[in-house]
Amino acid sequence: MADTILVVAEQREGKLNRVSLETIAGAQAISKETGWPVEVVLAGSDIGSLAQELAAKAVARVSVLEAPALTTYTSDAYVFALKQFIQEKQPKLVLFPHTYQVRDFAPRLALALDRSLISDAVGYKYENGRLLFTRQMFQGKFAADVSFAGDGPWLATFQIGAFRGDQAEAGSAPVENVTAAVSEGSPRVTPHEVFQEAKQAVDLSQSEVIVAVGRGIKEQKNLALAEELAKALGGEVAASRPICDNGWLPLERQIGSSGQTVAPKLYVALGISGAIQHLVGMKGSRTIVAINKDPEAPIFEIADVGVVGNLFDVVPALTEEIKKAKSA
Amino acid sequence: MKILVCIKQVPQKDAPLKLNESGTWIREDVSYEVNEPDAYALEEALRQKEKHGGEVVVITAGPVRAQQVLREALAKGADRAIHLEDDKFVQLDSTNTARAIAAAAAEENFDLIVTGLQSDDFGAAQTGVLLAEILGLPHATIIIGIEKTDSGLRLKRELEAGHYQFIDLPTPAVLTIQSGINKLRYASLIGIKQAKNKPLRKVAWAEVEPKLSKNLQQIERLYVPVKQKKTEMIEGPAAEVARKVTEYLKNTARVI
Ligand SMILES: Cc1cc2nc3c(=O)[nH]c(=O)nc-3n(C[C@H](O)[C@H](O)[C@H](O)COP(=O)(O)OP(=O)(O)OC[C@H]3O[C@@H](n4cnc5c(N)ncnc54)[C@H](O)[C@@H]3O)c2cc1C
Repeated sequence: MADTILVVAEQREGKLNRVSLETIAGAQAISKETGWPVEVVLAGSDIGSLAQELAAKAVARVSVLEAPALTTYTSDAYVFALKQFIQEKQPKLVLFPHTYQVRDFAPRLALALDRSLISDAVGYKYENGRLLFTRQMFQGKFAADVSFAGDGPWLATFQIGAFRGDQAEAGSAPVENVTAAVSEGSPRVTPHEVFQEAKQAVDLSQSEVIVAVGRGIKEQKNLALAEELAKALGGEVAASRPICDNGWLPLERQIGSSGQTVAPKLYVALGISGAIQHLVGMKGSRTIVAINKDPEAPIFEIADVGVVGNLFDVVPALTEEIKKAKSA
Repeated sequence: MKILVCIKQVPQKDAPLKLNESGTWIREDVSYEVNEPDAYALEEALRQKEKHGGEVVVITAGPVRAQQVLREALAKGADRAIHLEDDKFVQLDSTNTARAIAAAAAEENFDLIVTGLQSDDFGAAQTGVLLAEILGLPHATIIIGIEKTDSGLRLKRELEAGHYQFIDLPTPAVLTIQSGINKLRYASLIGIKQAKNKPLRKVAWAEVEPKLSKNLQQIERLYVPVKQKKTEMIEGPAAEVARKVTEYLKNTARVI
């Protein structure tokens, strides 16, 4: 059988997760170099209409893998159904978006297939006929090129934002309905409704200026520094996850993949290293200023202005300077 | 409940890391600490034991230096420790790491196995889930709340962008724990003293090697990522830096 790339698209409660399109864009890019055609599979039940959107991309086929057991996500049912499907199709490469759902089942699926999963890749390289996946290591301080050993199917997940979903090439693909294999036992995990915590008091997505603090702030009482800067700029205070984990600021002020996504005119990051889970929540900001004592901090990768220095020296001086500029 | 906590020693967050000569790994002469999500997993295990009784066992796979994270866990209240001790454990992929832990833990019949949701060094987020597959147990990931029920556990699972979900799971099971699930404790002086006399079992490479197979993925090279965006870097005395940043905000970014 010819080598193919299989993209495992994601839906939850009848809604297509848009990051599936990013993974398709990534697969199309790999396909251009390897010549391996791209196919897509979407698992669930009653999801035929979602397949249409996927079929409007330049892929060779969209398979709709359906069974009532796949209505609500459980790792048991997903692993069982996808294992069977992949064993029949024998793709060379299986690609997923690195979502919470995929993190939950893809490692098990890989091992059930007696294969390996390279997780959270930010890109790929095709060198002398070898396919390598690039991943961040040590919280983004380093990158690694990782290769697969042994036969396919090789499994890999792409980090959110690694490719642009709106650049997935359009086309028209046939849709194929496949009845999913279902195990005899019922799934061991019983999921309940998805919910959000009570409505939030602040809506940071409307703020034009955000001053965000990270673990570099050291102690809760030092938050005053950030508050004064925010006040001088006429903005709101926000934080990275560890600050909210500590209870120093409420969860509604957490920026990132498990918190708020914001795109203010100005985002000032104080003592934030720039882990990807933080960056996805703020990289759309128009101007990013980062203050960090570590010249290698990944936050500088996306900052417009980077200040290498001790925030306890720089921030008070900056607050004063801004006050001066505003009153001038 | 008899609980196993898998913990890993990783380079300290602020440690300046350097590449080794072959450019495949970091130089090992840095300071280390416990992987943060694993610290939360340990804390949760200790709290469950305090509520429901039982035993907390900690396990790590790594060189001699990794014993430090076990000692710290014992000082915080874990009852005993298992150390898969060998430099070679550092080079294992997630699957083989999970196999090694499974080999050392399988006979103990734990009711619950917990670990951090991912490590600060590799960040593969796979070992816990793979351990469940190897041991044939159900699992749940990114957990921020655990409550014991008559039939097993009721768990609060974090989803993306401020969403959550409760799930029920029978035990025995494997859970990966998210940072922030609880407040971490410090080791007490008494705890530190007592830790010295708590049992620590060493497991040699040879004992688990038959359960391992070839790594199916491999790091070809490690490097400092190439910068994509042009960042205007400013360094110097605080007052001068403050002036330059303010100028930029006023004249280039036009936000003040
Ligand atoms: C599933 C998942 C979801 C997550 N969701 C989120 C999320 O929504 N939001 C989020 O933020 N994180 C999230 N995280 C956590 C994320 O991976 C990082 O751990 C976190 O963002 C790190 O926060 P930080 O940058 O404040 O801390 P660190 O990474 O510890 O960085 C502190 C920084 O401060 C600098 N510093 C220290 N002292 C000074 C000083 N005196 N002056 C200047 N700089 C100084 C240091 O150089 C360092 O760069 C998530 C992780 C996972 C696995």
